[in-house]
Amino acid sequence: MSRRVALAYLGLAVLVVVIAMTRGVSTAMLLAAISSIYALVALGLNIQFGYGGLFNLAIMGLMMIGGMAVSNISMPVNAAFWASDGPLLLGRAIGAALAGTCLVIVAHQSWRVGVPRPLVTWLKVLAWFVGYIFYRTQIDPAAAYIEKTSGWVGGLGLPVWAGYAAGGVLAGLAAYVIGKISLGLRSDYLAIATIGMSEIIRAFVKNMDWLTRGTLTVTPVPWPVPLPGAYQEQGVDIGTSFVYGQGAFLAVTLAILIVSVILVERAYGGPWGRMMRAVRDNHIAAASMGKDVKARQVEIFVFGSVLMGIGGALLSSFNQLFDPGGYQPINHTFLIWVMVIVGGMGNSYGAVLGGFLVYMLWAMSEPVSAVIFAQVSNLTSWMGLGAIPDIDARAAQMRVFFLGFVIWLSLRFAPKGLLPEVIRRHV
Amino acid sequence: MDELIFFINKVIVAGTVLGSIYALGAVGVTLIFGILRFAHFAHGDMMTLGAFIAYVLVGAFAALGIHLPIPLGVAVLPFAMALTAVAALGLDRGFYAPLRRMGAQPITLLIASIGVTLMLQGLVRLFFGTGTRTFFEFETKDIFRFDMSWIGGSRPITVTGPQLWMVALVVVTVLALHLFLTRSRLGKGMRAMSDNPDLAQVSGINTALVVRVTWTIAGALACMAGTMLALDVSLKPDLAFNIILPVFAAAVVGGLGQTYGAIAGGFLVGFAETLAVFDWAVFVRPFREHLPDWLATASGLSLVPTEYKLTVAFVILVIVLLARPTGIFKGLST
Amino acid sequence: MALIEVRNVVAGYGGAPILNGVNIAIEQSDIGVIVGPNGAGKSTTLKAIFGLLKVSSGEVLFEGEDITNSLPDRLVPRGLSFVPQEKNVFTTLSVEENLEMGAFIRRDDISGTLEEIYAMFPVLAEKRRQPAGELSGGQRQMVAMGRALMSKPRLLMLDEPSAGLSPRYVLEIFEHIVTVNKAGVGILMVEQNARQALAFASRGFVLAQGQNRYTGTGPELIADPEVAKSFLGG
Repeated sequence: MSRRVALAYLGLAVLVVVIAMTRGVSTAMLLAAISSIYALVALGLNIQFGYGGLFNLAIMGLMMIGGMAVSNISMPVNAAFWASDGPLLLGRAIGAALAGTCLVIVAHQSWRVGVPRPLVTWLKVLAWFVGYIFYRTQIDPAAAYIEKTSGWVGGLGLPVWAGYAAGGVLAGLAAYVIGKISLGLRSDYLAIATIGMSEIIRAFVKNMDWLTRGTLTVTPVPWPVPLPGAYQEQGVDIGTSFVYGQGAFLAVTLAILIVSVILVERAYGGPWGRMMRAVRDNHIAAASMGKDVKARQVEIFVFGSVLMGIGGALLSSFNQLFDPGGYQPINHTFLIWVMVIVGGMGNSYGAVLGGFLVYMLWAMSEPVSAVIFAQVSNLTSWMGLGAIPDIDARAAQMRVFFLGFVIWLSLRFAPKGLLPEVIRRHV
Repeated sequence: MDELIFFINKVIVAGTVLGSIYALGAVGVTLIFGILRFAHFAHGDMMTLGAFIAYVLVGAFAALGIHLPIPLGVAVLPFAMALTAVAALGLDRGFYAPLRRMGAQPITLLIASIGVTLMLQGLVRLFFGTGTRTFFEFETKDIFRFDMSWIGGSRPITVTGPQLWMVALVVVTVLALHLFLTRSRLGKGMRAMSDNPDLAQVSGINTALVVRVTWTIAGALACMAGTMLALDVSLKPDLAFNIILPVFAAAVVGGLGQTYGAIAGGFLVGFAETLAVFDWAVFVRPFREHLPDWLATASGLSLVPTEYKLTVAFVILVIVLLARPTGIFKGLST
Repeated sequence: MALIEVRNVVAGYGGAPILNGVNIAIEQSDIGVIVGPNGAGKSTTLKAIFGLLKVSSGEVLFEGEDITNSLPDRLVPRGLSFVPQEKNVFTTLSVEENLEMGAFIRRDDISGTLEEIYAMFPVLAEKRRQPAGELSGGQRQMVAMGRALMSKPRLLMLDEPSAGLSPRYVLEIFEHIVTVNKAGVGILMVEQNARQALAFASRGFVLAQGQNRYTGTGPELIADPEVAKSFLGG
């Protein structure tokens, strides 16, 4: 590792120590744990954008899928659901969805049996329409029934590690679909398309109460290591119990992060990485050399998304809460972009650094703004203009402003980030 | 008959109102895309900003004791539009122009506009808080009920004063825009620059002036759209994010850079939303006796449940981007 | 004082320079034609004059004043005009609107000039309301020239005006160029159709590899066996 990287991480360590000293070790642990999860997600974005040149603004949606996976996999089984007619109705709805999908596939392939092209388009539209309606006739009563009788489908009661893995897999699958559909678009159109898809995912997850409990939220999502409560039962005081508990979780996330970085760096350095960079830097040349550009791009998109799904699952797990209503593009898409832009794109260490640094600054900016506002409020009171009302809410808004400003500043003055890509020269 | 009136109220009136708002927003977005070649994500927040400027002016007018036969929100519109136009010019000068000078790619400008979105959002909420406000604190909203008993309807067609104003203003604006683009030197210069920016520069067209005019028009229209929306419903700080994607959808559907396309696209998306959410069961009811059981008792026969209303625009956007990125009127594309 | 003077200009698109010290000078009465093999820097010279790429050393003087690296939209008011080789009309604007755009910088009444252009190119008068994109190649070239003339330039620069045109249109375009020159506009053009263009050139410049090779009147260059052998296909 170069000196620049070492210095940057040293600076990060200093920041953590400062936070620990001013706000307590427990808070520092908490921030470290959450920012390590965000660092994982940022690593995923770095794969997609830094290595692949793909503008993915669907991060929020992918993280939601991760959160949903861990919730549906590792929450306890809802006996009421399995005892009712719920599974049967749901089964019928799934059957309808499959039938509809078959219908659509048949329509798409109908040209093979000689159906003329314009008719094929109409058949496709008809198939989508009929399939959709059919699905709706089955799912609507099923959803209503489930919500009324047992609340939601519940989980599968599996260990939380399975949930993390499932988060990665499902996010990867979603990314495959999104990628196959939209990776042919020009970068700014791709960005807009991914924003749109992220919102579609959010609308679905938020409103499918029967599957995700929607705005009623799922809690408590389990931990992979003992909770602070477990330590408290053994007689440890509350403060220390949090340090132990969160510290253990942090160890888990750091382990996952480190393994991921190692794997990514090895891939980047090897022949696969060189090919990826070739595709990124010059599609046309790469294509003319026989590389299947689109397939490679889908590949990169999926790999990055797997990390995002795992990150989303870890986050819900750590917070012990899956709240579909709590996801915001600001916090879950744009924030990650700032992490990669500021930290350095095309550089794993940069993305991870950005993840830690930006999250900690983001988290600290709220209390810091509140303090600043309080001072200003004192000033205005002293000047006779009265105190500033709602300081806490306004402080929260200040950091949105600063996030936007930092984005612009980075683009204007440091487009390559703190730790830019290291182009390895083969001499 | 009642069902038809219900349909008119819920689809025709609502669709026209929504379509007008989307159309005004989409025209701004498409002009910026045509002249400056980037997707201005902060347009929704510009609409919010414009609406808040109008709100402040209304408060000022009311405090000065000014009462007018037209809603104050409409009366302050010229001033609010001018101020928003100035703000738009300021945004370009401060944030986008420096990046353009650096030779930034369209995607960089898009991300910069996301930054601007966040800044505007933070600032607006900072000053105005996150609560909902109304433009009708100082006066009442006129509601016009058209009695339909003469054709057998028991309920009236309901249109509010602001809605009538909106339609009237959109018609006037579209006409004014058309005349500007086809009759005036600057308007034609804008069309030329949108068509071929390099040739425009070579021909001696004052490209800096055209850029300024573009932002002025975009800012003014965004203010009108935002204010009219707030007059129709209420003024919320997150007016913006819910609007930006349908507005983009409208602009893309109509063909980016095509002004008339944006207007058509706006109405298309507006009507698509209201039609998709409309509960067609209403039409089934009169024929209950003649239909099979499962259809007759169906309730909630809307294509898309109301909670998913926003997804309609997103789905349209994604479909158009994939199937026909040039839009209806063959605008700019990949 | 020459109308336009290019002195030892070194210019390129960013990497290695394409022009390595080019010298051009013509008067307002001249028809100047630049010829040479591909990659010689012919079009690059015009673009360097018109501020479309960076001149790293040397000067461009117009009527004695230094206009090196000026922005294009400053040059049109000064009396220069440029017809690019490709995408040289506004395809979605009508013929008349295209011409009007050429006169954008003018604040006086342009109807007189419009009539002059229509008199020179009668077919444009017929099609004045049609979108320029619907016209044939030769007609588009006329629109492009007309547009450039609307600003009443003293120097008209054209980049390969005959490119892609049928022989009939090539002749017509060259005739128009001669007419315009007789009306008092200096012409500086780049041409691939070297022989035909040099036939009526009062100043000819043969460029190769970014430098001047031969200079003289058009007919002189055609008659010169060296030039003919190397650059005009014998």
